[in-house]
Amino acid sequence: MSHFVIPIVVLIIILYGIYKKRNIYEDFLDGAKEGMQLIYSIIPAILAMTFAINIFLKSNVISVPLLLLKPILKGIPMEVIPMCLLRPISGTATLAILNNIYSLYGPDSFIGRLSSTIQGCTDTTIYVLALYFGSIKVFKTRYALYVGLFADLIGIIVSIIIVSIFFS
Amino acid sequence: MVNIIWFLLVSISIIYSLLTGNISAINDEIILSGKSAFTLILTMLEVTVLWTGILRIAENSGLLRRFAKIISPILSKLFPSIPMGHESLDYISSNVAANMMGLGSAATPFGLKAMKSLQELNTNKKVASDAMITFLVLNTSGVTIIPTTVIAMRMAFNSHNPSEIIITSLIATLCSSIAGLSLDYLLRRKNR
Repeated sequence: MSHFVIPIVVLIIILYGIYKKRNIYEDFLDGAKEGMQLIYSIIPAILAMTFAINIFLKSNVISVPLLLLKPILKGIPMEVIPMCLLRPISGTATLAILNNIYSLYGPDSFIGRLSSTIQGCTDTTIYVLALYFGSIKVFKTRYALYVGLFADLIGIIVSIIIVSIFFS
Repeated sequence: MVNIIWFLLVSISIIYSLLTGNISAINDEIILSGKSAFTLILTMLEVTVLWTGILRIAENSGLLRRFAKIISPILSKLFPSIPMGHESLDYISSNVAANMMGLGSAATPFGLKAMKSLQELNTNKKVASDAMITFLVLNTSGVTIIPTTVIAMRMAFNSHNPSEIIITSLIATLCSSIAGLSLDYLLRRKNR
């Protein structure tokens, strides 16, 4: 079933474009060009974060706090903890971790599937809050942060349950 | 914020490795990290360029606006403080639509416009309004139908079925959205 989603979305979009007599090829190129600039502008950030994350994971320093957390976080694969902790702050950092997990365990392992699902259902909550509220100079954000992080936490918990059920 | 985190990640790793005698591994990693960043950039480039192109077709043909119209009755229920037909609802629905396609960075311009427009309705300009908070919760817990970047990365690592995580992500993101919006609703009522 998951095979159908992307092709059908693409089909609907181009059919509607043709139906509305648009030059969809030109539109595509126009949007793609903007996507290109978008990536171009974040290349330095990806390099910086991949560098920091890779040496952080390689140094194994994470094993120290994990040793303390292990009794509390029973049943959660330790490999995804750094990802969950960095997820609200930096999207590129989590992509770098995901990259690392895929190359170590493969995307079709339990950890690979779990981290894919977590990445798909959570967001860079703290970053988005800072960016959005900062842009309109609102400094009192009331309960926005707690609710955002609560939603991410629920997403992570549900991911663990659903991936265990779905792929066992 | 990211400044401090980046500093901590790098400095702690190097100091810890010096102490544990693991420094040669770090040396190799520093030299090689450019290469793994490059594969990540390539993967993101492919998927973002493709999907911003397709999304542009949907935008220019009016499909995105049509879709926004369909979800606007649901949105006006979520945002009781926004008057019917206010332009912020258009921006919010375009933002939600881009997020559904897993294009967080393409959703940002709509999001910033939505915030600006919500600020016009805001009575106290320094304090977040109810609608702003609901919008941010909706945005950050946002329902992603196609996590495009993740799928492309899985493909780059030769997954047998790169899109198999669509269903699990969808269920998880629905639960997190419902949980976030419910908590937001309760807090909004309590604060009144």
